[in-house]
Amino acid sequence: MLDFFRFFSKEDNKSKDIAKERLQLVLIHDRANVSPRFLDMVKGDIAKVISNYMEIDEKGFDIRLSRVGQEEDKYTSALIANIPIKRVKNMGKNNG
Amino acid sequence: MGEVIVITSGKGGVGKTTTTANIGTALALEGKRTVLIDADIGLRNLDVVMGLENRIVYDLVDVVEGVCRMKQALIRDKRFNCLYLLPAAQTRDKNAVTPAQMQKLCEDLRDQFDFILIDCPAGIEQGFKNAIAGADKAVVVTMPEVSAVRDADRIIGLLASNELTNPQLIINRLRMDMVKRGDMMNIDDTIDILGVDLLGVVPDDEEIIVSSNRGEPVVTGNSSSAGQAYRNIAKRLLGEKIPLLNMDTEETFIDRLRNLFTVKNKKRTWKG
Ligand SMILES: Nc1ncnc2c1ncn2[C@@H]1O[C@H](COP(=O)(O)OP(=O)(O)O)[C@@H](O)[C@H]1O
Ligand SMILES: [Mg+2]
Repeated sequence: MLDFFRFFSKEDNKSKDIAKERLQLVLIHDRANVSPRFLDMVKGDIAKVISNYMEIDEKGFDIRLSRVGQEEDKYTSALIANIPIKRVKNMGKNNG
Repeated sequence: MGEVIVITSGKGGVGKTTTTANIGTALALEGKRTVLIDADIGLRNLDVVMGLENRIVYDLVDVVEGVCRMKQALIRDKRFNCLYLLPAAQTRDKNAVTPAQMQKLCEDLRDQFDFILIDCPAGIEQGFKNAIAGADKAVVVTMPEVSAVRDADRIIGLLASNELTNPQLIINRLRMDMVKRGDMMNIDDTIDILGVDLLGVVPDDEEIIVSSNRGEPVVTGNSSSAGQAYRNIAKRLLGEKIPLLNMDTEETFIDRLRNLFTVKNKKRTWKG
């Protein structure tokens, strides 16, 4: 009976699906690390956008890829950025 | 002007040498002037897979060091007049050659040949750098298995940073029985993960071993499915639009039912 339910259940854990999921996660990190410029480029672009709104401390700006646990044994990747702010620009309350 | 194609993979044992021998022979079957360069210095194998090991006098390092002329080192294939092998040195190491020297070597072969295929060593170090130095384009061989795919991804990144963007992928040793029961990543899964164009799929086929035993690439026989797959790959390299071999990938309801019973039966025999 157990087999019967497993047979029709969508979540029957095919080993190839586990392989695919694990690979996709690990490759996010591999790819970012293989190209040392990758995170620098992301960092530069983020800094550019943020600078429109606030003055940031470029020296303290830290960015990294990290694995974040969801449920037991399920992980996703997250881009973790720590951006110290020196000053927020006064944009006025209304546009213009 | 010939085209220089490097066959690479990152991981060892996934089928680079087999692929080089078979694509090369299949191109010769199509009448293309083809030379195979064994860039795996210190661990040469292409000669035995091609059945040419007894004819080696000079090797790649001899050519680079000026010990002999290119013509003296090139070994003509037993079966095809337009097919040649430039063997690797067996008693030297990868550092005996530089990327610049490999580049020049490939340039020198361009006007005599239509295709120059380079069998790359495993790894990402000097041997890899040498093998890709003179290449116009890259073919990445992988197997539908986590380590091989991960290494292929790494190689694809390294190729891109060496101006070899858009490599083409060969999925080797696919086992339909395993794909059908969901225990091997299928063609779509693998392409999905790696995000590159597919050049072809080669089934896992014991004929590959049999033909290596004899020193005769499988493409020379007409019976094996791996041979057919490699002939198709060669035609695709020549610009022909050839559909993938019919290895029905869909897992049907009946297959699942059948597999369920097979598994049960196996369990029984184990216990018994
Ligand atoms: N499609 C295939 N089916 C069965 N065996 C294969 C296949 N491709 C390669 N092999 C076997 O796998 C082994 C490794 O292949 P090889 O071409 O030497 O790999 P590499 O050059 O990448 O190290 C050899 O014994 C070869 O005969
Ligand atoms: Mg090899």
